[in-house]
Amino acid sequence: MRHEVRFSGFGGQGIILSAVILGRAAVMYDGNYAVQTQVYGPEARGGASMSSVIIDDAPILYPKVRDPDILVIMSQEGFEKYGANAAESAFMILDSSLVRSRPRCRYLGIPATTEAKNTLGREIVANIVMLGALVRATGIVREESLEKAILDSVPKGTESLNVRAMKRGMELASGEKGQ
Amino acid sequence: MQGNVACAEGALAAGCSFFAGYPITPSTEIAEHMAARLPKKGGVFIQMEDELASIAAVIGAAWTGARAMTATSGPGFSLMMENIGFAAMTETPCVIVNIQRGGPSTGQPTMSAQADMMQCRFGSHGDYSIIALSPASVQEMYELSAEAFNLADRFRVPVFLMADEIIGHLRERIEIPDSVPKTERKPLPPGELPFHPGDDLVPGFPRFGAGHGVHVTGLTHDERGYPCATNPRVHEELVRRLVEKVESKRHEIADYRVTNPDAELVFVTYGSPARSVEQVLHDNPEKTIGHLRFRIVWPFPENALREFPNARAFLVPEQNLGQMAREIERHTTVPVIRLPRFGGALHTPEELVAALEALA
Repeated sequence: MRHEVRFSGFGGQGIILSAVILGRAAVMYDGNYAVQTQVYGPEARGGASMSSVIIDDAPILYPKVRDPDILVIMSQEGFEKYGANAAESAFMILDSSLVRSRPRCRYLGIPATTEAKNTLGREIVANIVMLGALVRATGIVREESLEKAILDSVPKGTESLNVRAMKRGMELASGEKGQ
Repeated sequence: MQGNVACAEGALAAGCSFFAGYPITPSTEIAEHMAARLPKKGGVFIQMEDELASIAAVIGAAWTGARAMTATSGPGFSLMMENIGFAAMTETPCVIVNIQRGGPSTGQPTMSAQADMMQCRFGSHGDYSIIALSPASVQEMYELSAEAFNLADRFRVPVFLMADEIIGHLRERIEIPDSVPKTERKPLPPGELPFHPGDDLVPGFPRFGAGHGVHVTGLTHDERGYPCATNPRVHEELVRRLVEKVESKRHEIADYRVTNPDAELVFVTYGSPARSVEQVLHDNPEKTIGHLRFRIVWPFPENALREFPNARAFLVPEQNLGQMAREIERHTTVPVIRLPRFGGALHTPEELVAALEALA
């Protein structure tokens, strides 16, 4: 059941936090194994940021992602740097409000940033919208596990906003058909 | 949990009550976590003005009986070298964490390396010995961080946790034990001279404030602790003992893992490259590939190499140009193949398989 998930966007979108939340859901609430790594450099401040999670039901030895089967892409630069060469068998969720390109692989476009801004009133929860859509579309962790991991990870006072963002992402993923 | 956080938590579980440091990538999360956690446990966290002061404060705290620690990376590690020698000479138990990044100099702040392995052994001037551990998982960041304090207290030496950026910043599943094993620092018996060694070559510890009159100096000293810097016999006895108290116990201190001891081609690793080798062994389950993984690198346990009697090559993937490979060469007639990979990336399982195929 090994999945390699890669997140990319620009610094400040919560790309690393998204990976940490997904890994936490898998380990703490689904009882699986996960490792999380990231590109950790100055380019992450505004440039293309990338982080990865491997989820498996067995211990994970080599900790780096080699061939992601799931990609979450939240910026055009992130797409060009980390998404454009995705395998044809992969599955991508992209923020259709920010990413112009479309991949060769199966994908789902979610207007996460527009939704976060207009429907939820805070652009900063776009990554949580994407996480909700990811989990609804792939079932990579249980939805209740994701919710618990989000509540563990977000600042006090923002819990209901983040849960609404997650649920909005799930609704959008249910409504959209993958292409 | 992140590796650096696990390192801090392991230290806290071991009873570390003092941390002095200066933030530096990629070790900073250790200081951040200690700053948040130590004061709540009644401990002391100090952000010092630099790394020279950090290690000096750690040495002072250790003499009050505290389990004391600092954490840094390459450039800060270089700055600590003078007082690391002072800790070795004064037999001060302390723990120094180095989350290794690319060097020399400021090098690659955010990228992984293992190029300080010789510096931790020999970086300060003069002859001395130390102990160095090398974790390959977040779990081992916790366990070996805790164990470092036991070794420091037992042998009264600076002990190094020589991790790399990949393990320091990795987040993965960890099982936190209810408690960790603890070795007490042997106290100085009443009436004994403060630097008179026991049968184990280690003197009892005359903790400051416990009523002993003790003089602590980096100068060559006699068993009273008094400077005695021109007597060749006193110097030779002291320095031989500083080295022998560790080196004579190296097979007891040794901590390594052996997989497939009948193999002819054997990987030898420490730190993050072990993860790549474990993947290769998992993908090739026919037991023809051996793996020797050091959890303690210094003192070098050369007997470990003899766990593989059929070895016809030792392959050594390291994030440096072959620092431990050179040490391995000193102890075996079996060919040693250096597999350097530096610049920050981890060896891929594919490149390790290619190295095996080149020898087939």
